[in-house]
Order: sequence, then structure tokens, then C-alpha cells
Amino acid sequence: MAEAKAKEPILVVKHLKQHFPINRKFTVKAVDDISFEINAGETYGLVGESGSGKSTTGRSIIRLYKPTAGSIVFNGREIGGKMSQEDIKELRTNMQMIFQDPMACLNPRMKVLDIIAEGLDVHHAYSSQEERNEKVYQMLELVGLSREHASRYPHLFSGGQRQRIGIARALILNPDLIIADEAISALDVSIQAQVVNLMKKIQRESNIAYLFIAHDLSMVKYISDRIGVLHLGHLVESGTSDEIFSNPLHPYTKSLLSAIPSPNPIVEKKRTSLTYDYKTSGLNYEAGTEHYVSDTHYVLGTDEDFARFQAEAGMH
Amino acid sequence: MNKYEYQFAPDSFELVGDKVDISKDVVAPVVPFWLDVWRRFRKNKGAVIGITVIVLIILMSIFMPILSSYKFDAIDSASANIKPNAQHWFGTDNFGRDLWVRTWTGTRVSLIVSFAAVVIDIVVGMTYGMISGYFGGMVDTIMQRIQEILNSIPTLVILTLLMTVLEPSLFTIIFALMFTEWIGMSRITRAQVLKIKEDEFVLASRTAGASEVFYIFKELRTNIYSQLIVMAMMTIPNAIFYEAYLSFVGLGLTVPNASLGVLINDGFNYFLSYPYMVAIPVVVLALLMLSFNLFGDGLRDALDPTMKEM
Repeated sequence: MAEAKAKEPILVVKHLKQHFPINRKFTVKAVDDISFEINAGETYGLVGESGSGKSTTGRSIIRLYKPTAGSIVFNGREIGGKMSQEDIKELRTNMQMIFQDPMACLNPRMKVLDIIAEGLDVHHAYSSQEERNEKVYQMLELVGLSREHASRYPHLFSGGQRQRIGIARALILNPDLIIADEAISALDVSIQAQVVNLMKKIQRESNIAYLFIAHDLSMVKYISDRIGVLHLGHLVESGTSDEIFSNPLHPYTKSLLSAIPSPNPIVEKKRTSLTYDYKTSGLNYEAGTEHYVSDTHYVLGTDEDFARFQAEAGMH
Repeated sequence: MNKYEYQFAPDSFELVGDKVDISKDVVAPVVPFWLDVWRRFRKNKGAVIGITVIVLIILMSIFMPILSSYKFDAIDSASANIKPNAQHWFGTDNFGRDLWVRTWTGTRVSLIVSFAAVVIDIVVGMTYGMISGYFGGMVDTIMQRIQEILNSIPTLVILTLLMTVLEPSLFTIIFALMFTEWIGMSRITRAQVLKIKEDEFVLASRTAGASEVFYIFKELRTNIYSQLIVMAMMTIPNAIFYEAYLSFVGLGLTVPNASLGVLINDGFNYFLSYPYMVAIPVVVLALLMLSFNLFGDGLRDALDPTMKEM
């Protein structure tokens, strides 16, 4: 962490907005003014309930959508607006994505070899067919599959294996940042652990940064260095894993954390989950401003809200 | 004795563990897609028979009219309405024209029309549907409206208009096909593209930096094959009957020329007295239809890897 902090952040998102106009009168503000940074080699977890804008944030950053406003700086290049050819190349090679649904994210008509090599094909990143295949075989072995899997079709694999193929595809171009969009949500728990451990192992070896989008907080706590809590398109709280889990300030974060089941049955029996309803909470996200508790711990709210949060947390 | 108790003899079980080496996984060689397709196609007997019959009929339609001593339009009233015999293998019609030659010349015309229809389907219909479905929004709306307008004009009106401009010929038939034939295909393509374009594997292709043309033609095309092949196979009988209909209203082939549709229409008039006049072209047409269907089925399955190990 200390090492990573000294470096320039690899991704800086500032005041990102992503609105989808439905008709003339109505616009869905999927993501509304969020800012965060990701440093090289760290994992930033993005959590929130369904429809809070987590996936949209990821997709806007990798430019599957055109952001409505705001700036995205990746490796020192502005990619939030119109991009030059070089910007596009930088973005499309050094930022990759792992998708949610292992059944849908692989083309059923292509062999694993060609699926993984697609990035190489697009960017002509090899000089011979042998080199291309060899790179794919190495990648397969890195993600715990073997080279005989290369000539098979995706439907022959289990969910966990397919997700590994998805990871291999994302890694083939040696990216600096991988957006894992609910990458483990569709897998069962034992396979989730396998895949997350694989991702951690790869991070140790190659210093990749992850933007880890999920709604499973215990998994996010396990993998993330820092966490951002998203609600209704607003980043309500952000901080290191410890700060968020030991000292949550925002009522939404508190309610999220209170929903984590405990494996200890005695504790679990006493657990009460806090309910949080934006309409009755008296908070106004639009009016909120950034308040810093520490260098890294940030919470969204008006000045009065912030004072109250702190009072509730027992700090002054 | 309790009915849930089982007795095992000493030889009920056998240890196979060390007889089969399960630790080695066979590395399947990487073969190009088309080779895979060919291997799967070859295993399907029906499809192989289908393609053989198609090739045979094509060869017959090319060479039989050339090799035969009779001309397809040579009228010989002395030998009218002869039943099939050693000289006239398929008999003669009521003008004394040799039906063997006429059947194969007719098959040739019908094949040309159906191939033209399939090509139009694929080139115009598929492209139109892909563009419309892929770009969506305004482009889609405009393209769909144009298509609906074209589709709403009765075919007969288009034909009558065409008749005032064009001479009845093979070209006219193909031209008439061009107006409406592709619409069904473009609809199916559009629906498929709409379904597939939001799939995650298409997004994955985009995040890898694939250009629009690249992923339209690589990701989408491979996934709409099966529907397109079924559709194309249905186009062929439609086109053959459409051609017969055009000839009937006088926009198709002119009198001495023959096509399977024309032969069936003509033969039908003498059906009770000379059933062979209609039976023979119908059998050829049926064979052609059946073979195309078998071939299409086989091709669809061969192109779909998920069918492989079933």
C-alpha cells in the first residue's frame, strides 16, 4: 500500500456523470457526480445495492457509454471525452473488463483459443501464429486451465472455468487496470473463493489494479484495499477497507454493513439489520458536499449532516 | 430377509483404476473453423445425400440439354403426347417437344432463380437487417418504415408496373424478386442482431478494441447463421413457385422457354390424360426441395458447435 501510494494514481475519475435520457421530460441519472482514484496495483471495491449505478460507472470508465460530464484520466490521458487514436489504443489495451455472466460473456461459436486471442488479433500484437497460440497457452495456465482447453468451445466448461477464461481474455494484453463487473456474483461460494484468490494471485505477480464492482460486502472486504459506497448514483462514502468497516459514518453504509450475515450463530442471532430509506432519511445527496474525516476517508453530506454523522459515531 | 438388503458376490465389482490412464488429457489439435464444420457435416448422412443429389441435379441440368439430340423448343407435331419410352425418356408434351430436355432446361432456370433469390436474401436482406438492428435508434426507425412501405405495396401492382417497363425475361424475374424477397430475411436478421448486440461477449469484443465492422461481422454473423440458413432454405421453394407464378401472369419466361414451374403448370392441364407430364417435373422439384432441406439442416448443425457432442 505504502508503495502504491507514492505512485501517481492510475485512474482519476472526477465529477463523472452518466445520464440516460428516456424521453424529453425524464432522464435517468444512473451516475451523478462521483469522484474517486485508483492507484497502481491496488483494488478499489465499489459496492451498493441493485440499481445504484455500480455497473454503469464501470462501463462509463471503459467507455462502453459516452459519459455525460466529468473527466476520466487514465495513465495520464483524458479519456472522458473525445479520444484520439492513441487514447483509444491506450484505453483498449491497458484497461480491460471481466464480465458478470460467465454464460453470456463468451461467444458460443468461437473456440476458447480465439476468444482469448481476440485482443491480440485486434491489436496485431503478435508476429506469428505460433507466438499468438503460445501466449494464449501461457494465459490459460496462469488462470489454472490447461492448454488442451484451448481447442474447445465455451459450452463445454463449467461456470468457474468460464470465468477463468474471461479473466484470461482480460489479461492477455497485460492491462494496468481491470474492471471486474460483478465478476463473481454469478458463481457459487466455493468457486467465488477460487476466482477471487486467482485474481489476488495475479495482482501480486503483475501489479494490476482492479476496480472491483460487487454487492457482496464480505467478498469486497476480503479483496479491496479501498472501498467506495454507491447509492442512487452518488458516492456516499469512500475510504480504506478498515475505515469503512470499523468506522462507517454514512447511515447507508451502516445499513449495508448491518446486513452482512455472520458465520457465528450466536452473533448472527443478535444481529439487527438497520433499515435505510433515502426518502425518510432527511438527506439530500444533491446538496451534499465532500467532507473528509481523514486523508482517505470521505463522506458525502451537508455540513449539518456531517456534524450529525460524526456525533453519531462518537467523534468530534 | 429385509428387502433393502443386497447381496454382493465377490466378483460384483472390478477395479478398473490402473487399466485406464485417466491422468492424461488429449490435446485436440487446433483446426480452422471450416475444417471443423466439414468434419461435423460429413458425419450427417442425410446432409451428405442432400448435397450429392443437389450436385447431381445441377450437373444434369447443365449437361443433359447439351448432350441430347433434341432441342427444348423443337416442335414435332407428329410425335405429340408420347408416353416415356426409349427415345423420349420423359415422353413429349402436346407440341411434341421432348420432356427430358425440357425438364433439365427448366431445372436450370429454376435453379438460377432460386440461387439469385438466396443471393439477394443474403446480400440485401442480411446487410439491411444487420445495419438496421445494429445501429438502432433513428436509423432503425427510418429503415423499418422504408421496408414497411415496400412490403405494403401488393406484389401484383409492382409486377404490372414492371411489365410496362421491362421485357419478360429471366432478368425481370430476378428484378422482381429483388423488390420484396429480402424483407423476411432482413426482419429475421434484425431480430437476431437486436437480441445479440447487448450480450456480454459483444461488449467484451468492444472493450478489446474491436472496430465496429470487425465485431458486426465476426461476433454477430457467426451467431445468426442457423436462423439465416433455415430462412435461406425456405427461400428456395418460394422463389421457384414465385417464378412459376410470374410466368403464369406473363411476366416470366416467354412461351418456348421452360422452367419447372412452367412445366408443372402446363402439365397440370393434361393431368388426367397424361399424368407423366406433371409427375416428372414435380418429382424433380420435390427431390430438389428435399435435398436442399437436408443440406440446410446439416449445414446449420455443422455450424453450431454446441450440437457437436450430442
